[in-house]
Amino acid sequence: MSDLVTATAVETAARIARGDVSAAEVATAHLDRITAVDERVHAFLHVDADGALAAAAAVDDRRARGEPLGPLAGVPLALKDVLVMRGVPTTCGSRILEGWRPPYDATVVTRLRHAGVVILGKTNMDEFAMGSSTEHSAFGPTHNPWDLDRIPGGSGGGSAAAVAAYEAPLAIGTDTGGSIRQPAALTGTVGAKPTYGGVSRYGLVALASSLDQAGPVARTVLDAALLHATIAGHDPKDATSIDAPVPPVVEAARRADVAGMRIGVVQELSGEGYAAGVEQRFTEAVDLLTELGAQVQEVSCPHFPYALAAYYLILPSECSSNLARFDAMRYGLRVGDDGTAGAEEVMARTRAAGFGAEAKRRIILGTYALSSGYYDAYYGQAQKVRTLVSRDFAAAFESVDVLVSPATPTTAFRIGERVEDPLAMYLNDICTIPSNLAGGPALSVPAGLSPDDGLPVGLQVMAPTLADDRMYGVAAALERALDDRRGGPLLQEAPAL
Amino acid sequence: MPTITRAEVAQLARLARLALSDDELDSLAAQLDVILGAVARVGEVTAADIPPTSHPVPLTNVLRRDEVLPSLPVEAVLGAAPAAEGGRFRVPRILDAEA
Amino acid sequence: MSTTTTYDDALTRYDPVLGLETHVELGTASKMFCGCPTTFGAAPNTQTCPVCLGLPGSLPVTNEAAIRYTVMIGLALHCSIAPWSRFARKNYFYPDMPKDYQISQYDEPLCVDGWLDTDVDGETYRVEIERVHLEEDTGKSLHVGGATGRIHGADHSLVDYNRAGIPLVEIVTRPVPGTRERVGAVAKAYVTELRELLRALGVSDVRMEEGSLRCDVNLSLSPRGSGVLGTRTESKNVNSLRSVERAVRHEVVRQAAVLDGGGRVTQETRHFHEETGTTTAGRSKEQAEDYRYFPEPDLVPLAPPPEWVESIRAALPELPAVRRRRLAESLGAAPSELAAMANAGVLDLVAATVAAGAPAAEARKWWLGELARRANETGSEPADLPLTPAQVARVVALVADGTLTDTLARQVLDGVLAGEGDPDAVVATRRLRVVSDDSALGAAVESAIAAHPDIAAKVRGGKVAAAGALVGAVMKATSGSADAARVRELLLERLAAG
Ligand SMILES: [Mg+2]
Ligand SMILES: [Zn+2]
Repeated sequence: MSDLVTATAVETAARIARGDVSAAEVATAHLDRITAVDERVHAFLHVDADGALAAAAAVDDRRARGEPLGPLAGVPLALKDVLVMRGVPTTCGSRILEGWRPPYDATVVTRLRHAGVVILGKTNMDEFAMGSSTEHSAFGPTHNPWDLDRIPGGSGGGSAAAVAAYEAPLAIGTDTGGSIRQPAALTGTVGAKPTYGGVSRYGLVALASSLDQAGPVARTVLDAALLHATIAGHDPKDATSIDAPVPPVVEAARRADVAGMRIGVVQELSGEGYAAGVEQRFTEAVDLLTELGAQVQEVSCPHFPYALAAYYLILPSECSSNLARFDAMRYGLRVGDDGTAGAEEVMARTRAAGFGAEAKRRIILGTYALSSGYYDAYYGQAQKVRTLVSRDFAAAFESVDVLVSPATPTTAFRIGERVEDPLAMYLNDICTIPSNLAGGPALSVPAGLSPDDGLPVGLQVMAPTLADDRMYGVAAALERALDDRRGGPLLQEAPAL
Repeated sequence: MPTITRAEVAQLARLARLALSDDELDSLAAQLDVILGAVARVGEVTAADIPPTSHPVPLTNVLRRDEVLPSLPVEAVLGAAPAAEGGRFRVPRILDAEA
Repeated sequence: MSTTTTYDDALTRYDPVLGLETHVELGTASKMFCGCPTTFGAAPNTQTCPVCLGLPGSLPVTNEAAIRYTVMIGLALHCSIAPWSRFARKNYFYPDMPKDYQISQYDEPLCVDGWLDTDVDGETYRVEIERVHLEEDTGKSLHVGGATGRIHGADHSLVDYNRAGIPLVEIVTRPVPGTRERVGAVAKAYVTELRELLRALGVSDVRMEEGSLRCDVNLSLSPRGSGVLGTRTESKNVNSLRSVERAVRHEVVRQAAVLDGGGRVTQETRHFHEETGTTTAGRSKEQAEDYRYFPEPDLVPLAPPPEWVESIRAALPELPAVRRRRLAESLGAAPSELAAMANAGVLDLVAATVAAGAPAAEARKWWLGELARRANETGSEPADLPLTPAQVARVVALVADGTLTDTLARQVLDGVLAGEGDPDAVVATRRLRVVSDDSALGAAVESAIAAHPDIAAKVRGGKVAAAGALVGAVMKATSGSADAARVRELLLERLAAG
């Protein structure tokens, strides 16, 4: 494997800036790597080789002209197929959008382009980001690079797998209930959900608008922080975007210091349903943080156990409305327009043919939860639970600076194992959902391999709104300590592909 | 707790414009029962005096100036259309007038 | 249905209860949630973008002017402005609605609890306003095949999304009871008054024929004197002032016939047909959509600061009702005269003419009479005539100082309207001065007496009133340029002399 593909984003950018290697060479090395392994991993739905090489050439030109390059100029990136990019197919993992080429760029994409980041292509995902395994992609599952028979998590399994398999040093994911953090945990990568409103949602195809947030996936905490800083910041095109300075995430990641930091372990996110190997690695990591000077204490968040239920009402409700526009009239699939069927029928036929089982399930569930007569009992109550979960966070953050928990209750399961059991699938997100409901930032950082099955375990750090830097500080400290102990990054232990 | 009938699922499917098969209606009715049984616990902890949260970040009055910006070129607008005619989107006949 | 029921007959047995929902497209430069222009009549789909096409990933951002205009409307209608207001999604599928939900307002509208007074036949009806809320307009469908332009029997439809996303204000009244036989007139007067108000605010061009003002008429009947509310229907597609009244009258008669026949009125949406003046059934309540409203998560709440609302209130232009009251005083006009001027579209013009120095009665006489007639002849509005109130005031002054007679004044107006310049210039070039030179008039007086010896005899016999006919003859002979008073004097002198 070329060291051009194993290098971190920071190293790659430095080499390009020094002229040790061209951005074009870096892009080519990654495209070659994709060619070599993606048939087995299936992280990508679309590889935009021409676009990537053109973007790389532009960076090389800028360097040749002596123009200043940003900290990620020339670094390749894999983009989750839920963000639109002008002229490049965007499917959201769904048949209903097959062939659609958006006429505009997401704000995240605009910022990546300005930063000279080289977008390699679009990554696989559960259909419209609904799922925790990437098995609900209409285009087949993505495989976990640690064990190709296992799921890489979801919905952003493609982005996490691409990074873990050295197909890209960086990726963009989106996180509605854990879709960045849970795949990061299961693939031994770093994944962060920024504060809601910290990264523009303009051009992010909405699943649940009040929960969705795009964020970075990387192999190191510092790389993730650099990508975070590149895409974050106020966007007037997104009314829910926060008009405040981007938290100093890169500085925090470089400092990697937890001395004196108060860390709360969430009592409710442990116990029944948590694999022993996951809890063991989590506990060891927390002990390590104590060794590094953090003050660790147990904290109770009594309403977290209700978060999952609230989430599976709020998400389907918003998604049933967000997915209405896929109606065969203006773009995407159209089925059954035989000249006799009316518009209403063509809509219904197209949507039945174009959406997969999970999408239909959630659309029906959301339609039910919003119906007159049920709204108060379901959607209304779920919104109140949301308040209670936020209050739990607020109370906890009065006594601690960050909260920690396992990122997932178990390691990666086998492809097909839970696909017929939606409730079991939903439990994957039990640790990650509270942050989406409350809006605060959270990330997953590798905590080692489970002694049960040798698969990666992730530790989740949750911080208060707009204190994204804190979680990077904790994660970077843990990463450094674990790497020192291990003698190198966790991904070195992944089997060769 | 809730028992969702097949007829109810069919009505929801109509509202959601999903032409579901009989098999899908049956399996969804069963699954919805299980899922709703699980999520109904949101009712256990909430009290009347708890305000609902619909936005995680409490912003208000986010407005833009009344300024005209360029529209898309019409080719880009119609480029993705399943069918177009005379600069317009061609859609199947509409059977019912709406509000 | 009984064919014998008439409007008057129906009212002997039922009390009509009226309600109106009016949609107004705001005249903002850009759309409600995106920067696309709102110009009427552009080539199809040329004023669209990812946001107003509802493309996946796009997000709405609220237009400040649309909020401001809505608050202006609310204040002008004496509403309270909500300290906290939100947009909601109204979910239903329709091809001309790009997201298959409409961003609207549901239980948290911007303005609530107001009123608008309307005058009909000298009586004032206070129409209570329940709410004023803001939403986005839909695209427009063209139905192809079958009967031209009609939805039924069409082969397919063609959709233009230029209109999609234009800010639309919905003004909803409470039920208006007690209008009796004036129910149709009150409906029409309300919409007329509302239109004038919106025009005065400058928030919309309020053109019903272009659809920037659209009306839904709600009507129910209750048994006469019972006070029991009946089942209402909602007639849509009522797109002219005249039709507002027609739709009301039609529904009164139709519902009365249903009730008379022992039937029940169905709660439903009905479609008004301009050509026939009738309504036909649309969607019934049982078939009604469940709109599954919920707070729009892509937008944050509105919390209009009180000082901002007060600054808008302070900057409101004079409202039509206030203005009418003020003008009534300054013009010394009775309500009926004021109404006549308003209806003829000359109220502003009269006021401006008075401001330019003309006596109110003269200004009113010219604008309501001669000038309104001229506008009418050319199919235009008096305001569109190519002459200014100052020019009219000058003509009035020239008549008052004896330079012109009314007949000559009309010729001066001809000249001004023909672009020959100011009244003084027309007087000069057309030589339109009154002839008061006795020697010039003497010959005309002599001929008039000679031509009408019988009348001359009567005058000599003491019937002075008969002199009018001789004056007329002199005026005719001089093409109206003579000073009629002087002619009369000369005639009487001449006849008295023998
Ligand atoms: Mg409406
Ligand atoms: Zn637009």
